[in-house]
Amino acid sequence: MHNKSVAELARELESGKISSVELTREFLDRIKAEDSQYNSFITVTEDQAMADAKAADEQRAAGKAGVWTGVPFAHKDIFCTNGIATTCGSRMLANFVPPYDATVTANFRAAGAVCLGKTNMDEFAMGSSNESSYFGPVTNPWGRSNGEKRVPGGSSGGSAAAIAARLIPAATATDTGGSIRQPAALCGITGLKPTYGRVSRFGMIAFASSLDQGGTMARTAEDNALMLNVMAGVDPQDSTSADRSVPDYTATLNEPLKGLRVGLPKEYFSDQLSPAMEQQVRNAVKEYEKLGAIVKEVSLPHANLAIAAYYVIAPAEASANLSRFDGVRYGYRCENPQDLNDMYTRTRAEGFGGEVKRRILVGTYALSAGYFDAYYLKAQKVRRLIQQDFINAFKDVDVLMSPVSPSPAFVQGEKTSDPVTMYLEDIFTIAVNLAGVPAMSVPAGFVDGLPIGLQIIGNYFDEARLLNAAHQFQQVTDWHQKLPQ
Amino acid sequence: MTISREDIEKVAVLARIRLDEEQIPALEKDLGNILSLVDQLSAADTDNVEPLAHPLDAVQRLRADEVTESNQREAFQAIAPATENGLYLVPRVIE
Repeated sequence: MHNKSVAELARELESGKISSVELTREFLDRIKAEDSQYNSFITVTEDQAMADAKAADEQRAAGKAGVWTGVPFAHKDIFCTNGIATTCGSRMLANFVPPYDATVTANFRAAGAVCLGKTNMDEFAMGSSNESSYFGPVTNPWGRSNGEKRVPGGSSGGSAAAIAARLIPAATATDTGGSIRQPAALCGITGLKPTYGRVSRFGMIAFASSLDQGGTMARTAEDNALMLNVMAGVDPQDSTSADRSVPDYTATLNEPLKGLRVGLPKEYFSDQLSPAMEQQVRNAVKEYEKLGAIVKEVSLPHANLAIAAYYVIAPAEASANLSRFDGVRYGYRCENPQDLNDMYTRTRAEGFGGEVKRRILVGTYALSAGYFDAYYLKAQKVRRLIQQDFINAFKDVDVLMSPVSPSPAFVQGEKTSDPVTMYLEDIFTIAVNLAGVPAMSVPAGFVDGLPIGLQIIGNYFDEARLLNAAHQFQQVTDWHQKLPQ
Repeated sequence: MTISREDIEKVAVLARIRLDEEQIPALEKDLGNILSLVDQLSAADTDNVEPLAHPLDAVQRLRADEVTESNQREAFQAIAPATENGLYLVPRVIE
């Protein structure tokens, strides 16, 4: 059962071939037996999951089951779960048990899905390798044959690794600069970052509020559509959530792709990409041509400025958001504070890890008197230019296609000595967040035995078209079905 | 781009993060590298470009001025490091 998709599991439950209690037990047993190799979970909620599975089976017996009723999944440990520890991968929140549910959490609960636990992540979602977690690094299920341990990508590395290892069929994730798409690519699964505002951020612990977006991870595009159906929509608790109707994202999965206009941004096929990576991505684009797509080269002239703009805007917003961690109301407090200032400064020095502190310091610097115009305002102006690039591109094409990451999964420790080396991992994903458009990562082949992703970028609120394009690709390819050895 | 020891110490005070002496050399290097990366921005021509704060250029929605939340003080304070009589306890501020 653990190799089946959410859609397949829903059918098995519907037909009565298996109960949610049996299915939940199977996945919990897999987590227990296997996760010591991956460290993909921070918290496993066995008792709660079994109780929820039993309730789901009763719902079904009463004739009140939906698609998600009784289907196991997991939450990235950034989504608040009432009564269940929510750590955000940080010592600062290691003891935090939220007294409320995130809207995303509540939506899955209402749909009857069974949450098996909380997945590991880079601390406060800051990272591209899942090595900054207070709870230890996550190991990618791929590329372990010669004894090496590779990163799963980040920050949603726990969700991606757990899905790739078949410990869970689907998991929530978040993406501020590539944190859904890059781990999805490195772990050989399918992930979607929706349009900014498509999914409520209420109860999703904030990193950079104008960039953060909750999204979906699973093995198939169809399962991503089923997840987005549960997650998308306006929320009175999040004033930045988009007040627009939500389509049934599964309804258009089978639309033919004939005539789909695909743009290849020439800036994303540069010398930053190895020839082997480029070949795989171009092979994937050829599949789309066979399906009737019309491919042309396009330009995003300001793409090369995206990383620079992001590393002002994201740290600036993070420095403001993370000022709430003061040791007063919840979370960590240092031992024996001498006075109020000692409590603040030691709580934050001890509670935050190195990468989080670096970003808070950079953000504080960029916002400080004398530097605000040169850094923050300048970055916001460049952000407008980057957004305009996408608006112009989508006048001519329906979707953009590119690689997700410059290379496949790298070995743990390889990029931790210099933060900037790690930042360049997101060179093809970050502009999407600055513009706020939606994008997917779809398994598209292998380089050196490691999975790689095809990025499909869409216009604002065009998630249905992305999911359609990914689903059709998955009808003619089987990259998303490959199992780690 | 370089950032001085004094700048780092000043920013750490603003950010309320205690730094130990031995952490500063590594931060000088790391923050210097990050700011060098960021300095690519200065090459961009942004004359007459409006800053973009939010991807959807959204305006703040208003709701009716009605009480929608119940008092959950006990639930919220149950997870605090130190409370007494419904108040959060912090080290003495006024002598």
